[in-house]
Amino acid sequence: MNESFELLRRMLLIRRFEERCAELYSSQEIRGFLHLYVGEEAVAVGVMAEFGPEDAIVSTYREHGHALARGVSPDAIMAEMFGKATGCSGGRGGSMHLFDASTRFYGGNAIVAGGLPLAVGLALADRMQGRPVVTACFFGDGAVAEGEFHESMNLAALWRLPVLFCCENNLYAMGTRIERTHAVTELAVRAAGYGMPAEVVDGMDVLAVREVTRKALKRIRSEAGPQFLELQTYRFRAHSMYDPDRYRDKAEIAEWKRRDPIDKLAATLRLPTEDISKLDTEITEVIDAAVAFARTASPENVDSLTRHVYSEVRR
Amino acid sequence: MSETLTLGKALNLGLRRAMEDDSKVILMGEDIGKLGGVFRITDGLQKDFGDERVIDTPLAESGIVGTAVGLALRGYRPVIEIQFDGFVYPAYDQIVCQVAKMHYRSRGKVKLPIVIRIPFGGGIGAVEHHSESPEAYFAHTAGLKVVACSNPSDAYWMIQQAIASDDPIVFFEPKRRYWEKGEVDTSGSLESAFPLHSSKVLTSGTDATVLAYGPMVRVALDAATAAAEDGRKLEVIDLRTLSPLDMGAVFDSVRKTGRAIVVHEAPHNLGMGAELAARITEECFYSLEAPVLRVAGYDIPYPAARAEEEYLPDLDRVLDAVDRSFGW
Ligand SMILES: Cc1ncc(C[n+]2csc(CCOP(=O)(O)OP(=O)(O)O)c2C)c(N)n1
Ligand SMILES: [Mg+2]
Repeated sequence: MNESFELLRRMLLIRRFEERCAELYSSQEIRGFLHLYVGEEAVAVGVMAEFGPEDAIVSTYREHGHALARGVSPDAIMAEMFGKATGCSGGRGGSMHLFDASTRFYGGNAIVAGGLPLAVGLALADRMQGRPVVTACFFGDGAVAEGEFHESMNLAALWRLPVLFCCENNLYAMGTRIERTHAVTELAVRAAGYGMPAEVVDGMDVLAVREVTRKALKRIRSEAGPQFLELQTYRFRAHSMYDPDRYRDKAEIAEWKRRDPIDKLAATLRLPTEDISKLDTEITEVIDAAVAFARTASPENVDSLTRHVYSEVRR
Repeated sequence: MSETLTLGKALNLGLRRAMEDDSKVILMGEDIGKLGGVFRITDGLQKDFGDERVIDTPLAESGIVGTAVGLALRGYRPVIEIQFDGFVYPAYDQIVCQVAKMHYRSRGKVKLPIVIRIPFGGGIGAVEHHSESPEAYFAHTAGLKVVACSNPSDAYWMIQQAIASDDPIVFFEPKRRYWEKGEVDTSGSLESAFPLHSSKVLTSGTDATVLAYGPMVRVALDAATAAAEDGRKLEVIDLRTLSPLDMGAVFDSVRKTGRAIVVHEAPHNLGMGAELAARITEECFYSLEAPVLRVAGYDIPYPAARAEEEYLPDLDRVLDAVDRSFGW
């Protein structure tokens, strides 16, 4: 019960954080591009709940939820969105390039499928050093069409590396529905071609996600090689803040919203509404604090933009 | 017939006309069909020409460009849209190793009339991968032609000329200028249009030559207006073609003014400015009153949105370079 309540807390934190980001984007305090995770919270929270602090995470450009679920500080994430020097990437990454080595969160990535080979390398390094840890690699259904996906799947399987490939299948890559981009739309089937075990899971059910992840990790940790999860989910909002979202059927969106992962868990837990509104209040305070932190932080000094292009050699 | 069009709409009309003129012209790219592309440059074309001529592809840049090579080998004229500058890199292998080399490798037997459209440059509040200026990578590669349009009229004509060209062309579109309007005379014929691989003098002046292309042409023109108030007459040349470079008008101008300033968003180091400076120095050495100066992006990855005004060359930086040239 306590554990499940924690899952609810994390999902709600992501949801409210994202809603606030949308507001701050409209008021232009957040600039650049913004891709929200609303609706998909159960995936990040369910998977991440089973990952320990030594494990590693590789993410996408839709990664605020992954970072929050991983435990990257909301203050540092919000400051990053604002482009402030106290942000988790020093204000240089913005929404799509959150990065936090201290939680082994190896970054959002604006290049679709760009993170997959990196995950293979992280896992290879961990294995070569005899560290019993796993790398979670998140990517969307769209990424499965890129060459880097296929190269990475093969490499990880060939070398039997400890990677959990987490495919967030939300049915769309920007405006294109999965049938129009994949010859085989059952994405989990793809893993078979690489000799990799795969499972399909309801990505709107955080408990199911957590359970399937637990089993997968157990196998990976016993050196069985990589695994593939297809997490079936849906983004409740448009692809990005620029996207008018004309390509999705209203009824389809409504249908998926009925499966809201937060409502679902709250119903399972049979929580009294007071408990939920108390939780909401607490979360609002966390987010208010993060926004205040981001607002008051100073931006990077322009003169220092030329730093860190190369490593700084000590003289 | 003359119309006022945005640069984006001019490209859209140019593509439409090319498709009407030649049924072998086909468009391919990510979300270009139903959605009309992220910048709506292909808006309405799939509806009117069908999904066999305006093809929505999966996210597979390398595959898209390689497919275009095969299509071109069989007589099609593919026009590829790369969604943002930074997404061209997965296709770089196909562009450099296949697109650029097939004609040469076949001793001229096969032609590759492929156009690779790339919205480039910053100024729209985006970040790295979405604001880059990768033109020099392509201009460096023999076998590719590289052009950049700067205004609606050129956009309309240059895209059609590029499609009609038998050589592969990397076609750079200044994304921050997509919404800027200008007069476009759509009545002429392709043959009578200003030639594709020619630079164009936009303002004539006697004091210094300013060379720009794509999004920086507007900045150069603004600098010329501002400089005129100080009594300095700048000659602004829109290069338009980056490979091959058209140096005729440039040399004439520099011989007259004795000063040259190159402006681009791409980083200094080995940018187009380096090649232009070298060629001007080789040809116009005795006419030069000062070294050729460069106003360019800094040698750093494209910065976050908040810092992009600092990064992008602007009016002040161009005027400052003019001053430095005169102070030499
Ligand atoms: C190499 C590359 N090509 C294209 C893009 C533009 N782009 C950004 S997100 C996106 C859709 C990706 O869809 P998916 O992988 O399903 O992830 P989702 O957005 O659904 O989470 C596209 C095409 C990109 N960022 N990188
Ligand atoms: Mg998707």
